[in-house]
Amino acid sequence: MAEKPITDEKRVFMTGNEAVAWAALAAEAEIMYGYPITPQNEIMHYWTRLAPKYKRKFLQTEDEISAGFTTCGGVLAGKRAFTATAGPGNVLMQEAMSMAEMMRIPTVVVVQQRGGPSTATVIYSQQETTLTCFGGNGEGLRLVYSTSSHQELFDYTIKAFYMAWKYRFPTFVLGDGYQAKMRESLYLYNPIEKGMPLAESYPFLGQEGRPGVEREPSHLRNTYNTEEELYQIISGYVEDYERMIPEVVEYQVSDLEDAEIVVIAHGIVSRAAREAVKVLRQEGRKVGYFRPITLRPFPTGKLREIAPKAKKLVVAESAQGQLFKLVQEALYGETVPLEPYFKPGLGITGEELVEFLQSNFGQ
Amino acid sequence: MATVPKMPKSWRVETKPHKFCPGCGHGLVLKALGEAIDELDIQDRVVFGCDIGCSLLAWDFFNVDIVQTHHGRTTPVMVGVKRARPDRICIAYMGDGGGYAIGAQHLVNAATRNEKITAILVNNCNYGMTGGQMAPTTLPEMKTETTPYGRDVEETGYPTQGPEMVAAITREGAYTARGTVAKVRQLKNYLKKALQNQLEGKGFSFVEALSGCPTNWSTNAKATWAFLEENMTKYFKVGEVKVPVKEEE
Ligand SMILES: Cc1ncc(C[n+]2csc(CCOP(=O)(O)OP(=O)(O)O)c2C)c(N)n1
Ligand code: SF4
Ligand SMILES: [Mg+2]
Repeated sequence: MAEKPITDEKRVFMTGNEAVAWAALAAEAEIMYGYPITPQNEIMHYWTRLAPKYKRKFLQTEDEISAGFTTCGGVLAGKRAFTATAGPGNVLMQEAMSMAEMMRIPTVVVVQQRGGPSTATVIYSQQETTLTCFGGNGEGLRLVYSTSSHQELFDYTIKAFYMAWKYRFPTFVLGDGYQAKMRESLYLYNPIEKGMPLAESYPFLGQEGRPGVEREPSHLRNTYNTEEELYQIISGYVEDYERMIPEVVEYQVSDLEDAEIVVIAHGIVSRAAREAVKVLRQEGRKVGYFRPITLRPFPTGKLREIAPKAKKLVVAESAQGQLFKLVQEALYGETVPLEPYFKPGLGITGEELVEFLQSNFGQ
Repeated sequence: MATVPKMPKSWRVETKPHKFCPGCGHGLVLKALGEAIDELDIQDRVVFGCDIGCSLLAWDFFNVDIVQTHHGRTTPVMVGVKRARPDRICIAYMGDGGGYAIGAQHLVNAATRNEKITAILVNNCNYGMTGGQMAPTTLPEMKTETTPYGRDVEETGYPTQGPEMVAAITREGAYTARGTVAKVRQLKNYLKKALQNQLEGKGFSFVEALSGCPTNWSTNAKATWAFLEENMTKYFKVGEVKVPVKEEE
């Protein structure tokens, strides 16, 4: 491989899309496949500028169906391959991700959410939560990291490659248009120098040796003949998935000790939530904070531990209840009331959450 | 005193000035189309579909019924309308990315089935709406946001020859041509013939229009026209590619 893209840790000020391109380089991603769509375009723009310098590759495909399947092909060939998309592109991407799920192909997809449904806006939303977690005609056997800052975009993009290849579930980094387009400072580093393991990639197809003579041929399929056969396969996957949960599940909490109201948010909205909690704590309000980082698998255990101690949970999101459903499902049987704060396709500020939470305390 | 240029009757005055960038070719294509609609007197029968791409900005452009569809999907939406209402004149308006990349399968299959619609494709050598990435029509060596070192034909192939491809896969009755905004009257005539072909129920009709994108080409007026008339027409030949055989009288 050519020279290392990042040697010493350095502080930079850049857009989230640029941070993703650097992260993919740092994670030694070998090829990107992609199709233009706002707000992820600049991931490709930076990648196409940087990739040749570090002997990495790029293919602009004819659409996202193709970007998804070429990514599957790259991974099957044994490369750390990835793609990035958003909105209607994410919709098209799901066909390939459904195959990845069925065939346990460790694809990495970066999603920068925009408004939906349809073309809607190119700006921002959290409306691709359900799609990214459960898209396709399957069970949502995926890993989904919801980032909230540029540093996290960098960290989790690197991590996504490792986790995808370790567990062989399609892995998603779920950002949004704000994170994609804003500039923020962060540290770039070389994960190897930090002692972080790199994804160990290997070919599923095209291995050395004559098939049937020197090695078993690779015969990979996604079609099964009987209900029982399929049931057995999926049950095995579900077992693997459930075994993985305690090893991968991530969340962030603060101020929970005596919290009467806990605000739950993911992605960039969690920053507004954390800020609101800080302000309200200074006013003496007993308010706490919970943020799932992995949306799939969801940190159900931790949430069920917190919930009974609170008087109310407020769920804030830039969607009409997509996180709310995950929370509801996790808390089935609990009696703590859930209070929605839904702004589909609209950003949420700390100030408005302060106000909303105050009203929930009844002034 | 400034004189207001004459607008086609079918244009919607309330939505002018239009929303394209100054110097954009889309406005000229739609001017030629407006005149063709006027001359054929079909305004009350036209259903216009626009793609996602800069063509989406035409969603309220004419005093005709218009639907904005998805990127690449305008052809099948118009096919759907036409099959349900054969008395309507259905126009699918799209960019080169919409028609030759993401929507290529629809273009190919609509052409193969000889669907009685008119597809108009604006070739501006790039993805305008998303900020200037490579399109299937990007010229060899041309720099775009995703070919920052120039389009390498070894890596990405040669620019799509749309009308030639459509002509090759359609049967008798289809009409295909390539016009340019540098020759608006000729373009209008092609569009008129394409619409006439639909009116007569002969077959699929397809017109590609060479068009400028000064914003993403980063060109001034002079350089825009030079690129259009020299670089583009060298590769993309302007003219009719396939014309239905005249029936014996
Ligand atoms: C499924 C999907 N993928 C990607 C996009 C993003 N997108 C919007 S417009 C466009 C390209 C437009 O280029 P073109 O069709 O050539 O039209 P132009 O703007 O150049 O007229 C793209 C890729 C989208 N809206 N939907
Ligand atoms: S970006 Fe290009 S194609 Fe789009 S409106 Fe502007 S000049 Fe026209
Ligand atoms: Mg174009």
